[in-house]
Amino acid sequence: MCGIVGLFLKDKALEPKLGAMLSEMLVSLSDRGPDSAGIAIYGAATGNEAKITVQSPKADRDFRGLDVELAKAIGAPVSVAVNSTHAVIRTTPDKVDAAREALQTLRPDIRIMGAGEAVEIYKEVGLPETVIDRFHVRSMTGTHGIGHTRMATESAVTTMGAHPFSTGADQCLVHNGSLSNHNNVRRELIRDGMKFETENDTEVAAAYLSNRMAHGKNLGEALEGTLSDLDGFFTFVVGTKNGFGVVRDPIACKPAVMAETDQYVAFGSEYRALTKLPGIDNARVWEPEPATVYFWEH
Amino acid sequence: MPATPMSKAERDQGHARVFDLSQHSLRELNEALHKLTPGSNETAWEVLNPKGSHSVAVGVDQPVSIDVRGSVGYYCAGMNDGAAITVHGSAGPGVGENMMSGSIVIKGDASQYAGATGRGGLLVIEGNASSRCGISMKGIDIVVHGNIGHMSAFMAQSGNLVVLGDAGDALGDSIYEARLFVRGKVESLGADCIAKEMRPEHIELLQGLLDKAGVTGVKASEFKRYGSARKLYNFNIDNADAY
Repeated sequence: MCGIVGLFLKDKALEPKLGAMLSEMLVSLSDRGPDSAGIAIYGAATGNEAKITVQSPKADRDFRGLDVELAKAIGAPVSVAVNSTHAVIRTTPDKVDAAREALQTLRPDIRIMGAGEAVEIYKEVGLPETVIDRFHVRSMTGTHGIGHTRMATESAVTTMGAHPFSTGADQCLVHNGSLSNHNNVRRELIRDGMKFETENDTEVAAAYLSNRMAHGKNLGEALEGTLSDLDGFFTFVVGTKNGFGVVRDPIACKPAVMAETDQYVAFGSEYRALTKLPGIDNARVWEPEPATVYFWEH
Repeated sequence: MPATPMSKAERDQGHARVFDLSQHSLRELNEALHKLTPGSNETAWEVLNPKGSHSVAVGVDQPVSIDVRGSVGYYCAGMNDGAAITVHGSAGPGVGENMMSGSIVIKGDASQYAGATGRGGLLVIEGNASSRCGISMKGIDIVVHGNIGHMSAFMAQSGNLVVLGDAGDALGDSIYEARLFVRGKVESLGADCIAKEMRPEHIELLQGLLDKAGVTGVKASEFKRYGSARKLYNFNIDNADAY
């Protein structure tokens, strides 16, 4: 099953409530997936700061002193904001690649959840409520975000098997469904230099998008490519620096509902996820068409 | 027995029994509906705050009227056998699945597989229905004021599907004896589904269905009829291309 949500704010007045609204939406879909949950939340990009969200199974050990050591290694200012098992590392945009590389040596157990100017990604094993409490998601602010609650079908219930999956700078993916040709696609992507952390099918979809974009496609074209190159069931929601996109496979048996008002565009696996949004009773509510790529951007 | 939100005196005055799902559980609602017996005085029900709940008013087998004020989730009014159920909002997947008799009216849109496997009764969707509307229908009548999505009436066995708008891809794939009437354009027909002549008896049948569904200002003659070419009933090597 799995449940996915997305919320894109048009009304700046709602930005302080983004975390609370997104949390409410995700918790309402808890019975679609009790295994693990995650969110990607986007704040306004300033242009002079990059963020790397990292996770460690031994957060106490790995995050202690990391700011000083990493700053020394990359020769740029670094700050580390610890949030439970995750931490957001801030540095200058030109040092992101150097920081990623240095982290592999300094803290080999650390895993990178995502990076960019706007995005922060938090995911863990457990119910949405537990995961949201752990990371204090309700108090987070931002312009847009996506979330996922997982019922695992394809691979192990682990932190790294949870969604969202990063697909590139300020980009990530959540998925409801299952892919049947992911092993083949993974082999092809590995041959093309892509690296994988899990046996998970969605990670393959994320890597597919990253790979297509590395070959010069834009995100819309890469999403169009999923319709012919990925076999199986999927409703994808992708987060981007400026907004989010939605695409469903041509069979479209994985549910999806969208709502739009002057204040927001919202996505939910079910209408239940949208019922507490302001003005929902007068919102335009519709089901996205199969095999059609949708985008909302600031 | 759940708490009764309305007093007996109020009910006796002919008011509907109001069931607020923000105050009572879905299970309480469905249990109360299942306890109805023939001749019950509780013939009118109103359900408030469904907020996308699943399985609202499933398995009702008495001729009562139920007005649901808001949108519902999966499987609303499934297995309905005799009730007149109106959803004043939209419905999630599987509305009216396997209806036996009675009527269901959706004032908004319906998600995928509306009326699936239905054996009787009338399902009216005043908005659009998405994919797989009337899949494997077995005698139900479905009237959709708007459009329907792809793979609708897949393996439809009997009954009538009436669409005032357009139909998506692969309409009536592997259809048996159901009749499909579409007023707008059909994206594509599925295997073994073909356009058929509208004879006087079909006009009469369709007009009756439009009247029953409360459709006005639309003539039966504006529709095209689709049905089975009957080549896939039994395997015949000469028809292998039709699969």
